[in-house]
Order: sequence, then structure tokens, then C-alpha cells
Amino acid sequence: MYDDPLVDHFVNPRNVGTLQHPDGYAQEGSIECGDMMEMFIMVDGDTITDVKYRTFGCASAIASSSMASELIKGHSLAEAEAITKDTIADALGGLSPAKMHCSVMAVDALRGALADYRNKQARPAGER
Amino acid sequence: MNPSQDSIYLDHAATTAVDPRVLETMLPYLSSVCGNPSSIHGTGQAARRAMENARASVAEILGAHPDEVVFTSCGTESDNLALRGALYAAPSGRNQIITSQIEHHAILNTGEQLQQMGYEVTYLPVDRYGMVDPDDVAAAITERTALISIMYANNEVGTVQPLPEIGRIARDHGIPLHTDAVQAPGGLDLNVDRLQVDMLSISGHKFYAPKGVGALYIRRGTPIAASQTGGAQERHMRAGTENVPGIIALAKALELVESARPSESIRQRTLSQRLQEGLLAAIPHAFLAGHPTQRLPNNTNIVFEGIVGEAVVSRLDLAGIASSSGSACAAGEEGESPVMRAMGLDEQLGQGSVRLTVGRENTSGDIEQVIGVLPGIIQSLRELSPVPLGESSI
Repeated sequence: MYDDPLVDHFVNPRNVGTLQHPDGYAQEGSIECGDMMEMFIMVDGDTITDVKYRTFGCASAIASSSMASELIKGHSLAEAEAITKDTIADALGGLSPAKMHCSVMAVDALRGALADYRNKQARPAGER
Repeated sequence: MNPSQDSIYLDHAATTAVDPRVLETMLPYLSSVCGNPSSIHGTGQAARRAMENARASVAEILGAHPDEVVFTSCGTESDNLALRGALYAAPSGRNQIITSQIEHHAILNTGEQLQQMGYEVTYLPVDRYGMVDPDDVAAAITERTALISIMYANNEVGTVQPLPEIGRIARDHGIPLHTDAVQAPGGLDLNVDRLQVDMLSISGHKFYAPKGVGALYIRRGTPIAASQTGGAQERHMRAGTENVPGIIALAKALELVESARPSESIRQRTLSQRLQEGLLAAIPHAFLAGHPTQRLPNNTNIVFEGIVGEAVVSRLDLAGIASSSGSACAAGEEGESPVMRAMGLDEQLGQGSVRLTVGRENTSGDIEQVIGVLPGIIQSLRELSPVPLGESSI
């Protein structure tokens, strides 16, 4: 195991994968910029019961995705909403200014997945 | 992230460690032989004599006259002097430079600034291997052309350009040809007549001399003005007290790599080929970037579909292996390098490159170790990537 959380989450990323019928889904970033991530969440009541993601990016991007997934899995929607780019960066032990955009991408993906979940909830049951 | 104790350095294209023989040769010039070559006393003149001996040695290796060698601080400075100096001295109306899309930033960014200053810069395209077509050079020449600058060997993908052919075209039109030869020493012939060049840049820290010293060869008769002005040093071509220790080191280092070149270039090419074969056999959806045969003996650049090269470099670093990548994952930088883009690689592929460049201390054991760990690294990065494999045109 690695002491440095950034290295640890880069080399042993948690929750990697996809979900066939996610309750919430989002894709952030772009291949052109060298950072792209998609996040899948399952929600039961008020709790995020499962999280999966895949990332095309550098060490900081992969570590940010992994940390974001870990911070929300098993937690409430409200707790997930409260996560910021700094929450992720701090949990990783800090990110340099040049790499902060990696935690921004992870936060955007997580918020996007939450928003997608809410949109789906807002539709009549037969349309979800 | 720091490499482990038993580390393997495979980033010689970025820089090299100072050869112990070079360090030994250089040390007296950091202590006792410390005069300013411009001083008329014995201490200064001792430094001057040593510097001129170094100059003569470098000139001999290039097949040039000593007065055609100007010492600078690095390859970038040499490139700047070549481009700016040629334009500043060009006859009125000659305000165009012809160069290529795969040059080092020292040429590309200088060209960009020159364009902003009102000069014309033509960037020639390259083929999928990064090769310039001499016919394109001929077609781009106008009555405004002051200089052609085409790099000898590309730092990212190792492609070696057909300089003698390009040089003949330049000669036919009476236009000077400069080449950024920074990656060449130790691997390729440096004779300026065989290469048909009028100016040539080298940089010490790429061939086991310290950082902070370089040189520019300028053929007698080439119109050029100084770009760094002040004192009379370097025959008024490059003001500033000379980096005597660095110059001594550069000359010694060049002698060493040039005399080792016949055997060492073959040894390094063998290592590189083994590395390329081993990796491509073990890893699908990957290919060698750059020209398959006209490439630097020490350069391997492999593009891996589906992942970002920088992540591979970080994983290799954790495994004690130093490498590099053209990909740029940082705020303000767009992903693909100009070289990859110029070779026609799409954005995703262009970011999947990993460069491994061997040097004098690498062994076949180093190569086998890389072949041992890299496939697993690529596999694990692909497992977490959303990019489907087999969809990009390789």
C-alpha cells in the first residue's frame, strides 16, 4: 500500500467500472484535453448505494475520480452535493494548481450524475 | 513521485548525466583555471587557450573551421541565434523563414513570435512518419526567403530528415539551411558538408556534458547578426563571458560520443529494436510512432490506444523507470503535441504516446525489465478507461 493517498488512488483506484442501468449518469471532460470521465450511480432512497466510473486521464485525474467515488459511496445525496473540488484535492493530500482541474472534472461528473438522477426522478414513472 | 533505488533511466532525449570523464576534464576550470578569457593576464589567457582548443576540437568533429563555431548556453539559444540572426542580417525584402511543423518549441515558438513581429514563417507539413518532403521545401521557397530551418532528428519520435537533399535545394536557391541537431550527437553523422547545412545547433546536456552550454555552427559567409549583444566575445556573435568549464566539458563530451558512435549507435539501436519488438508483441492496439527505419538509434516512441501517456509515465516512475510522453494533461495545455498532430494522429491517439530513449549506461537487462512491467501497466490503465479500443485508425 502507498502512504500517499494520491499515489494509492492512482495505482489502486476504487470502484472502477460501469453500471448497466444507472440511476444517474454523467460524462465530463474531453479527450482533446486529455481528461475525460464518466460516472454511474445507484440511489436507494436518500443513499448512493453504488458508484462506478471510468477515466481517460493522468494520475491526478484517475486519483480524483477514485477519491470522488469513495467519498460518495454509501453516503447521502446531500453529503454528495456538498463535495467540492477542494474536498477531493484535500483528501488526496493536495493537488498542484496545474492539476486542480482534475478534481474539478471529478466534481462536475459527480454533480452531473446527481442532476441526471434528479431529472429522472422528476419524470412520470412510465418514462424513466 | 520518486523512483525507487534500483532505477532505470530511459529519458536520455530529455537530458543525460555528466560522463565522469567529462566531469574530470572540466573540474580544473571550476577551480584553478578560472580566468576570464578576455583578460590579458596569464590566468585569463590560460582559460582562453583551453577554450580555443575546445573550439578546434568541436570544429574538427563537425568538419568545420574553428571560427565557424559559436558557443552558447544551450540548443534553444543556438536556435534563437540562427533564426533571429539570419532574419536581422537578411537583405531587405527577405523576411521569410521556411521550417517544419515538427520542430522543437525553440523553433516553433520563436517562429510564432517572429510572425507577431511581422516576419513570414512557413511551416511545412510532414507525412505520417514525421518526414519532410524535399519537394515541399522547394515549392515553399520565394524571393522573400531568408532561411530554411529543418531539424535533423525529431526529439519526440526520432525521425531523421533527409538533410543532404534539402541542403542541395537550399544551395540551388542560394538560401542558408539551418538544422536543430540537438538530438543527433552520438547517434548520427555531424559532418556539415555531408549534411549540406550552413548552420547547426547542438546542446551539451544531451550528450553527457552539463546543462548550460551549447553551440551553433555558422558556415563562413552566412549572413547573420548577433542576437545577444554586448562584449566582443565569440567574434561579436554572442556577447557574454564564456562558460569556460561548460565549453571544455562540451568539447570533451562530443569527442567521447563521436569516437564511440560506430559501436555505440549500433548497440543502442539493438536495444531500441528489442524494446520495440518486445512491447509491440505483448501489447495490442499499439504502434511505433515516427519512421520505422530513418530514426535515431536510441529512440522508441510507442502510441498506446485508449490511455493517456502521462499516466503511463507516472506508473513507470513508480516502478523505477524514467520515461516521457508528448501528452499534456495540465491546465492551459491542449492534449496532443504539435508533432503528433502534424503526423495526422487523432487527438486520442496523439495523447497515448510514451517515449523511451536509451543511453550509454542502459543494458539489455533494463530493456527486459521494461518489457516485463509495461504490458501490465497498459492493461490496468485500459481497464479503467472509457475509450473503446480498435476504433481509431492506427
